[in-house]
Amino acid sequence: MRLEMLRDLLRCEVLTGADALDTEIETAVASDAMSLVLASPHPRALMITGLTNVQSVRTAQVAYLPAIVYVRGNRPSETTVKLARDSKTVLLSTKLGMFECCGILYSHGIRDGN
Amino acid sequence: MAEELLRRTFEIQGRDFENAGERSTEVTTILKDLDVDPNTVLRVGVVAFEAEMNVVMYAHRATLTFVLTDQEIVVEVADEGPGIPDIELAMEPGYSTASDEMREMGFGYGLGLPNIKKNSDVFSLESEVGKGTRVYSKIRLMSYE
Repeated sequence: MRLEMLRDLLRCEVLTGADALDTEIETAVASDAMSLVLASPHPRALMITGLTNVQSVRTAQVAYLPAIVYVRGNRPSETTVKLARDSKTVLLSTKLGMFECCGILYSHGIRDGN
Repeated sequence: MAEELLRRTFEIQGRDFENAGERSTEVTTILKDLDVDPNTVLRVGVVAFEAEMNVVMYAHRATLTFVLTDQEIVVEVADEGPGIPDIELAMEPGYSTASDEMREMGFGYGLGLPNIKKNSDVFSLESEVGKGTRVYSKIRLMSYE
């Protein structure tokens, strides 16, 4: 699934990376715990999280995750957005909760990254 | 005998949550630029990131040493801090002494040390209560496995 379709499905606001919405996503990992994301790496997966600090973007950088969806209307600071812009990580924000996001994406064929 | 190609040292300050993870991403950027295979970069990144977060969460300060040879990558983090009284317990997945504040940062779930060990080909942990902790991780380059 292209990120632009995901943006529409989850009614996301694009915080940065609008020029990379043609990136294809097939798998996802959802957690507020970055150690859990790092515990079983999911290269090229989408990260779904409520954690908006700078470590969310650094985790994406280290773990080869091209995009993050922040749930529950959470928005990262400008510092975090800038880091994502510099590292070419796409940041999206949705008002939906994590459970609903996962359900919608699963029903459209996105699977766990393991 | 392995030939040393690159050595970098980084200082890490305890409680510096804003910059936590910066050194690890710098290390992974160096490796990506050198065209090291992604799986190895990922393993080194996880080791360095978790070790860095441990310092920021628990220690006063530390030195992260990163060494690349033609055969392997070594990440060593030596900190000045409270030390670990029971290493066996600290290595158990899920065991953590982290505060809620640390968990709100996305870490402190008792997975740091197990994650480091899992991603290492050689791993050692030494600690002295009241003095500090030294984490050593060696990851072989794919072509030498």
